[in-house]
Amino acid sequence: MTAVAPRVTPPLDDGNREFWTSGAAGELRLPRCATCDRWIFPPSLHCPGCGGVAAYAPLSGRGRVFTYTVNYHRFHPEVPVPYVIAIVELAEQDGLRFTTDIVHCPVDDVTIGLPVRVVFEQQGDVFVPLFEPAPDGQT
Amino acid sequence: MRGALISGIGISRIGRKTGMEALELTAESSRAAMADAGVTPSDVDGIATIGDTPLAVAAKTLGISPTWTGGSMGYYGLLTPVVDACTAVARGAARHVLVYRTVNMIGGEATMDRSAGGPMEIPPAMRDISRILTMHAYSASNWLAMHLRRHMHLYGTTREQIGWLAINSRRNAALNPDAVYRQPITMEDYLSARMISEPFGLLDCDVPVDGAIAVVVSGAEHADACAHPVRVDAVGGSDGAGGWDQRPDYPKMASTDAAREMWNSTDLRPADVDLAELYDGFTFLTMAWLEALGFCADGESGPFLEGASRIALDGALPLNTYGGQLSAGRMHGYWVLHEACLQLRGEAGPRQVPGRPEVAVVSNGGGPIAGCMLLTR
Repeated sequence: MTAVAPRVTPPLDDGNREFWTSGAAGELRLPRCATCDRWIFPPSLHCPGCGGVAAYAPLSGRGRVFTYTVNYHRFHPEVPVPYVIAIVELAEQDGLRFTTDIVHCPVDDVTIGLPVRVVFEQQGDVFVPLFEPAPDGQT
Repeated sequence: MRGALISGIGISRIGRKTGMEALELTAESSRAAMADAGVTPSDVDGIATIGDTPLAVAAKTLGISPTWTGGSMGYYGLLTPVVDACTAVARGAARHVLVYRTVNMIGGEATMDRSAGGPMEIPPAMRDISRILTMHAYSASNWLAMHLRRHMHLYGTTREQIGWLAINSRRNAALNPDAVYRQPITMEDYLSARMISEPFGLLDCDVPVDGAIAVVVSGAEHADACAHPVRVDAVGGSDGAGGWDQRPDYPKMASTDAAREMWNSTDLRPADVDLAELYDGFTFLTMAWLEALGFCADGESGPFLEGASRIALDGALPLNTYGGQLSAGRMHGYWVLHEACLQLRGEAGPRQVPGRPEVAVVSNGGGPIAGCMLLTR
């Protein structure tokens, strides 16, 4: 197994910790508003929509590529190129999306709309949510 | 914003890896701007920058004793110190404010922007950047390539269309002795340039340089004493809501907010604009500004650029007439301002836009950072 390139990980706080660590349990989790049912990203325990209180809940980990780029320039000496950076929109809610990487496939196979599923890459206490093509092509 | 004018402009020597000290560049551009404005250091009572050569060092070197100081990244992006200076002179807090921007080959590294005098403060609109860096997305080229990819998907925008922007800028740079890249480029050069972050190739990215640009912002009451006043008609900025990847109207960016704010505060309309100097840290940013400012409809910037006839010096909307950051050099949002003033004054020499231009628009920024300015003579 090749060494995993280091990543800078974001500072954790009560609002975002579970998002960045729930991969330890093999689940992607985000806060969901108890009042209006809205999933919340960036993670926060206060709903920006209705002001309600939110609690973490598991997601399916499925989604689609919303947009992407193939990075060819070696901006970081320890990260091999090329690789795919993408914004993935999660299946649960329109507009529920974040920047991530698409892994485990040739870079030229990635397209907008590609169905993907979450995989996690451990970096210390953090489990970084990345995505790979969904083997069944389903979201 | 009425009440402020740009009374003088100055530019230092510009070059790549010149070895010139930042302070030397700052002083060179600042002295030129004050001479151009017809003021002496003792007339200047305000000084502002975005955070390169420290204000106190510049003031001491130039012999300025400021009673007003300003600047930092803010609501108007890189143009924030200029807008702050306009506000200061309009309300009487200062009479003449020197604003400078100095760069030493900034950009292109896996770190945040570092300017000549130390790190710039991360603006609130960039707070999402740590989780984006986690994804090995170290460069603005990565973040903005995703906007362009989405634009291509929604509207059918092609790399060939975008290439015309790079070609047009290089044509203009050929007429600008201060530009660093002046050799013509072809569409084949554009398309075959090495990929940086697809769909951005090397010629979609601007060119780091050393240099400084300064302007003197004066109260409108000084117009009669000024040989070539350029009036600030309206400005626009953005709070950057939505950051890099959360805007509901993605791939739109903060430029949309800034443009709306600017047009809301003037009677002038896009059809009144004679030339546009739009930020081009990457090609797509200029396209986003063209759409945001209403020079074309959403998604139509690709066809707008095609063939480069509209955006040429003699076209309907001459664009980035000095060569842009793509070819002239990354003066980080200040060469656009310098050039707009020069064009409105009719002093742009071989690259002067014909027909006595009266209204110019200037913009800077990308992603959650945006500022724009409408200038008139």
